[in-house]
Amino acid sequence: MADEEDELPEETELSYEQKKEIAKWFLLNAPAGEINYVAKDLKAVLSDEEVYNEAAMEAFPVYNKSHMICLEMPSRAGDVIVSSYSEITENEFLDPRTAQVAIVDHVKQICTKVRPAHDEELPSLYIEEYRYALDAEIQRYVSESYPKGISAVNCVKGKDTEGLGSDFEFVVIITAMRLSPQNFCNGSWRSVWNIDFQDESQVLDIKGKLQVGAHYFEEGNVELDAKKDFQDSTIFQSADDCAIAIANIIRHHETEYLAALEVAYSKLPDNTFKDLRRKLPVTRTLFPWQNTLQFSLTREVEKELGLGK
Amino acid sequence: MEAALGLLRRMPPKQSETALSALLSLIPQHSSDLLSQVDLPLQVLRDIESGKDFILCEYNRDADSYRSPWSNKYLPPLEDALYPSSELRKLEVEANDIFAIYRDQYYEGGISSVYMWEDDNEGFVACFLIKKDGSKSGHGRRGCLEEGAWDAIHVIQVGPEEEEMAHYCLTSTIMLSLATDDESSGKFGLSGSIRRQMKMDLAVAEGHLCNMGRMIEELEGKLRNSLDQVYFGKTREMVCTLRPPAELVQRRLPDT
Repeated sequence: MADEEDELPEETELSYEQKKEIAKWFLLNAPAGEINYVAKDLKAVLSDEEVYNEAAMEAFPVYNKSHMICLEMPSRAGDVIVSSYSEITENEFLDPRTAQVAIVDHVKQICTKVRPAHDEELPSLYIEEYRYALDAEIQRYVSESYPKGISAVNCVKGKDTEGLGSDFEFVVIITAMRLSPQNFCNGSWRSVWNIDFQDESQVLDIKGKLQVGAHYFEEGNVELDAKKDFQDSTIFQSADDCAIAIANIIRHHETEYLAALEVAYSKLPDNTFKDLRRKLPVTRTLFPWQNTLQFSLTREVEKELGLGK
Repeated sequence: MEAALGLLRRMPPKQSETALSALLSLIPQHSSDLLSQVDLPLQVLRDIESGKDFILCEYNRDADSYRSPWSNKYLPPLEDALYPSSELRKLEVEANDIFAIYRDQYYEGGISSVYMWEDDNEGFVACFLIKKDGSKSGHGRRGCLEEGAWDAIHVIQVGPEEEEMAHYCLTSTIMLSLATDDESSGKFGLSGSIRRQMKMDLAVAEGHLCNMGRMIEELEGKLRNSLDQVYFGKTREMVCTLRPPAELVQRRLPDT
């Protein structure tokens, strides 16, 4: 048993920088939708407002973008997705659908105001034709398949392309979050699909990344962390035809993935979990604790056969 | 302290060691409280003399040395160290042997250790530990898991014998993490921990080991089922809430 008078190594006081890095680490690792709870506990543990504030200023933007949080824009214009694909400056994020730029307070996680997007922030008419068509198809898909999903299509490369002859790239984001802290359960779904329109080969190269997380913490703590990468392609067609083809590809892969997750879950109790611990021994009976004679014999046998570890 | 525990509950279970050491450096004045309330994945040391591994925990530690349940010696060697009484040591030896067989039957591999020591109330405390690596490269029989770790810590307080009965208080903690990686479902990982308590008054007729063993078996089974059905089940429910399977979408289920 540990001796209570053991000396702990002399703890040198942590530097400001070190404390800040630790604070940032906690904030960045908060599960989806829980950063504010983490922030509250962190403030109590740190008891240093200055360190916390600086850490928050640095950590919240990174967290918000990686979780692709959705913020309501004023005057019921809808939601803007905060992501690295829609980022104009650290606090400004483009909502391509309404051609507005949202100004955002990262730490408070709100959109403080909106302004119309400048021409140079928006794609060309040619690009917008494709973007708009795809956005509409994706919205339709999302409203059918996700009870509370939000989507956006951003042009991340070649937005000033005027016509044929150049490549351009879109990113489709689909995000859904379900926060139920009173039930001790939170979850998030993030899909990011890169659509690379390749002019020379007249092919659309599609790469997808799905990430699903769930956290259940009623008298315990369990987290699901699932992710998958996808690859597909289709031919370069008119804006409307591309939109339909892309949406179908996304719908197909996402539906298949969900089914695969279900299969993984259903294999848990009898297969996967068994590799950790069986429900019952092979004998299908409980362990015979009272039978010590049997144990001495088993021990002897194990020793004879060299089975003991 | 509350806030510190709150933080630990929210950090990803696989990062619990990093989270704990971060907290220890932020609030060193609470380190003994934190260390006693938080469980970390178990570590293992090899007892070369007996050729077997044993599990390290606070209950077999003295200074920076750990006592092997096989040889009853501290590694690295330690002078004036604490040992259980010879009577308790006998029980400890028997417990280790029997628990190893229990472990093999349920875990088909893994490492176990049992430590006992007298407590201040004329009873004793026993700690049963199991560590299993169920991954393909470890002891996973079916090769399903890329990663699979199960750590079980059972601490039983046994009260003094009174009128042929004794009071047992068992606190069990299970920490686990598993991950699969395949074509269809990509990387799928579940991890977490739970802790529960169970108290019983039992007749000592069949011996303490029997009573303790049965309690552990029962609670371990309950925790395994709970993790599987309730805890993992809730995450599964959440996924279906985020994006219901195709068949349900057609029927337009109301929002829960």
